Amino acid sequence: MNPALEATGLGKRYGSTWAVRDLSLSVPPGRVAALVGPNGAGKTTLLQLAVGLLTPDTGESTVFGWSPRRHPTLVLARIGFVAQDRPLYRRFTVAETLRMGRELNPKWDQPMAEQRMRRLEIPLERPVGRLSGGQQAQIALALALSKRPELLLLDEPVANLDPLARRLFLSELMAAVAADGLTVILSSHLVADLERVADHLVILGGGRLQVAGDLDLLLPEHRWLIGPAAEAGRVGGTVVQAGTGERQCRVLVRRPRVPPGWTAEPVSLEDLVLAYLANPIAGALPMPEAVPA
Amino acid sequence: MIDFHLDTRSGVSAYMQIVHQVQRAVRCGLLTPGDRLPAAREVVAALAINPNTVLKAYTELERDGWAASRAGVGTFVAETAPRGVDLEVHDRLVRSLRTWLREAAEAGLDHDAVEALFTLALDAAGVKRVA
Repeated sequence: MNPALEATGLGKRYGSTWAVRDLSLSVPPGRVAALVGPNGAGKTTLLQLAVGLLTPDTGESTVFGWSPRRHPTLVLARIGFVAQDRPLYRRFTVAETLRMGRELNPKWDQPMAEQRMRRLEIPLERPVGRLSGGQQAQIALALALSKRPELLLLDEPVANLDPLARRLFLSELMAAVAADGLTVILSSHLVADLERVADHLVILGGGRLQVAGDLDLLLPEHRWLIGPAAEAGRVGGTVVQAGTGERQCRVLVRRPRVPPGWTAEPVSLEDLVLAYLANPIAGALPMPEAVPA
Repeated sequence: MIDFHLDTRSGVSAYMQIVHQVQRAVRCGLLTPGDRLPAAREVVAALAINPNTVLKAYTELERDGWAASRAGVGTFVAETAPRGVDLEVHDRLVRSLRTWLREAAEAGLDHDAVEALFTLALDAAGVKRVA
């Protein structure tokens, strides 16, 4: 089966600045992939390239094997996209918003959309602008899910939501994944949320890919190595974050070779993400790794 | 049926927490062979977690003989699961433990001291480990 999203040498430039540069990755179908990186790392640009809202300057990307440039209708039929800040028509009522969805999408599932609104106790006759941020986020999600996408892309979907609204949103999202087996790619800064929902991780830094893969494989591949600072040069593997201790140091290493006398400790998702974010030149794999579907 | 909960700060992976909670419920006699475990989609919606996490937990429970799935029906506590104590016995044991803990507190033992003492007694009594 084709990857849900595949990019090869993908690049996008604004003037002389590369927002995304020489990016190659492959997200297998069925994953919930977290897209992580500091502001300006290229997350939004990557999502917009993936759905065809932007045209790349180099390389290309495909959705289930289809290029958004050469086969836009095939791609659009397969994807749902919730843009940052969830653009909605504030004066439309909820019912009118769903009607718009129905008119625009041939595969639209109106019963599912209405049932979702009922379950969340969102009144259909209310203007969208008068709903809470959490409810607006749920409507944006319902719009994207009711077109029955195979790949759902969400740009910072839970930013600015209170913890309860965030939990409700992710619960709806995960229930949809369980029911339909769709692939999800979501960008977020909230590592605690990602720990619950994500099984695949993509970290961007400065427009480049730092690391990507299934968490089941990525987490055990990384270790904290703890040992005498004077011997730090003997640590083998890819150093993500060097130690700073003068006598004893902690080094975060990918695929480590542990020197004698050093101890290795497991790495949490939060440690992993923070280490890569703090060290934007770490990783930067030249090619995507083969990930079993 | 049991409610799962998740502690994301514990350092224990989410799927292991679900495995442990089922095992604990079976050991305490709160779940017995034939009892249905919550459907994966119910756990997913209740905890807002990745469906694969629940599937992984259930697969592990099946592999180790704690659970068995019947296609299209659900996942159940297996006949091969270790026998838990009888609920009445369980309650009685908890009551006597509480009395003992009160005595320990009155004697000025803190959490760590109680744990150390309990572990010592457990090792000395040679209580066997199952599973």
